[in-house]
Amino acid sequence: MSASIDRDHGLGLLRQMVLIRRFEEKAAELYTVGKIRGFLHLYIGEEAVAVGTMQALTPEDNVVATYREHGQALARGMEAGSVMAEMYGKAGGCSRGRGGSMHLFDVSRRFYGGHAIVGGGLPVAVGLALADAMRGRPAVTACFFGDGAVAEGAFAESLNLAALWRLPVLFLCENNLYAMGTALERHQAQTDVVRKAEAAGVPGEAVDGMDVLAVEAAARRAAEAVRGGQGPRLLEARTYRFRAHSMYDPDLYRAGDEIEAWKTRDPVVLFTAVLRGQGVLGETDLAAMETSVAAEVDAAVAEAEAGPWEPVEDLLKDVYTAPVDR
Amino acid sequence: MKKMTYREAARSALRQALAGDPRVFLMGEDVGRYGGAFAVSHGLLAEFGPERVRDTPLSENTFVGAGIGAALGGLRPIVEVMTVNFSLLSLDQVVNNAATLRHMSGGQLSVPLVVRMATGAGRQLAAQHSHSLEGWYAHVPGITVVAPGTADDARALLLAALREPDPVFVFEHAALYPMEGEVDDTAGPGEIGRAAVRRVGTDLSVITYGGSLPKALAAADLLAAEGITAEVVDLRTLRPLDTATILASVARTHRALVVDEGWRTGSLAAEVSARIMEGGFYDLDGPVQRLCSAEVPMPYARHMEDAALPQPATIAAAARAMLRRDG
Repeated sequence: MSASIDRDHGLGLLRQMVLIRRFEEKAAELYTVGKIRGFLHLYIGEEAVAVGTMQALTPEDNVVATYREHGQALARGMEAGSVMAEMYGKAGGCSRGRGGSMHLFDVSRRFYGGHAIVGGGLPVAVGLALADAMRGRPAVTACFFGDGAVAEGAFAESLNLAALWRLPVLFLCENNLYAMGTALERHQAQTDVVRKAEAAGVPGEAVDGMDVLAVEAAARRAAEAVRGGQGPRLLEARTYRFRAHSMYDPDLYRAGDEIEAWKTRDPVVLFTAVLRGQGVLGETDLAAMETSVAAEVDAAVAEAEAGPWEPVEDLLKDVYTAPVDR
Repeated sequence: MKKMTYREAARSALRQALAGDPRVFLMGEDVGRYGGAFAVSHGLLAEFGPERVRDTPLSENTFVGAGIGAALGGLRPIVEVMTVNFSLLSLDQVVNNAATLRHMSGGQLSVPLVVRMATGAGRQLAAQHSHSLEGWYAHVPGITVVAPGTADDARALLLAALREPDPVFVFEHAALYPMEGEVDDTAGPGEIGRAAVRRVGTDLSVITYGGSLPKALAAADLLAAEGITAEVVDLRTLRPLDTATILASVARTHRALVVDEGWRTGSLAAEVSARIMEGGFYDLDGPVQRLCSAEVPMPYARHMEDAALPQPATIAAAARAMLRRDG
């Protein structure tokens, strides 16, 4: 942390985290007035994980994410307007309104979803990496999942297969300590995710998920090993969600003082202080950034509001590639 | 045309696909060194090497999901799940990913994946190795389901599956692997979504597929000796069903008997029956009948297993009853 931060890079990281934060605060507001429906899982508190890890990826790399993926989508460079329109269910959404909040896709950015079965994205990530390995594409597949997913068979199976075949997968465990409402120590006998990975033959490292620079540095180390043909790596980012699991969740299972304690480690606040301390963030920079982010979020909402609905005649389109009656 | 077994015909399609397209590879449990649990892939490891004939761990959900991912990544995977019984462990990837990704991504993704597996009973393997669950798969929009009942189709439908841009599930009936038939191994791929009339008749239509097809043809022989001519329709593709061919046959014979090795309740036979009711009701001289497997977990003892499955004699008896010629 003592090394000085490049100003543009530092402000870029902060802006991405602020964008995710404000975008989601707006989404929560729009949910309460019924503009967004279905499930809405907020990432607030975990922004440093998506923003830090994405720094280690190139446009040629693949990303597989979970149903709590607004942060990953925005950090990957997807347009806020297309993500907001998707949450509205509009035709201009990144998945044409078929997916909603939990199923964001953007093939042009190699963003392969948006998976809402816990652990369901891991085998797909292994397959994307297998294709790259067999085709000689020097790409990394980054696969996000939560601490809840380590209880799934797909976790053990996927880490084993990736290690067995030395596939270029970067497994990114976002450990926010709760599988929906069940705390990690209430569902795992071995709570150390890195040790679980190592048991499967995947070297791992844990990192403070509230420190964006630490996440970035660890992700770069892991991605470099994967890219260098050393097989898969796992990074466990220890983080916390400040909001409930979803908009339906009354959050009865967490102590208020636990939440408040974690909020003192707010990744946006922490990184703002770092940048200030290093003299990189000037007095007017933050206000200018907030103004520009607010304009981007407003524009996203305007785009979502104005966009058309997909014609209902298209209901069966793209169940199959060919427009056949099956 | 050549005489070859159903197993050899499927292998011939695999070999042709691997030789003809560098994107194609085969993976699954024991497909390589062991040579395939049913010896379908025997010899392919030596011919194509371990990169393209890949033995997997016993992780059905993950290697089917990896097939989906590899298809997204530009390859043409053929995944062999040893049997339909074990495929239950991969249903999450099938139903939630393979079938959904194209629609759910707004048409951005396609999953050109072929999954093959053995299905069916008849070998005294008892309740955990005798399922016929292809009807469950046919329930799911977004995937295509084929079930070859002849050696020629074991080759032609597999080649056709590899030309589809979307996931195709190929159910090979385990009891058919040693069955010999005439195969044109120079012909192109078959046509998905097209049923075939295997035997022409005028008194009733026996509509079936897969492992029940040879039994239905044997039943037709029994009936012919009594002066009853049964038309035998082989569905070949279970999704999409070739409703037109089914209805055309029923319009000629006015009676329909659906024979399906799956359990009767909620079966593929029920779907075929409903389609005849919807589209061919006024052509019928009597109610559609179904002959399915008994609704029990499959017993081990030979006589009990035989009794649980449709057989030529029981198919013929059902046909006679429909024609009220059984005395």
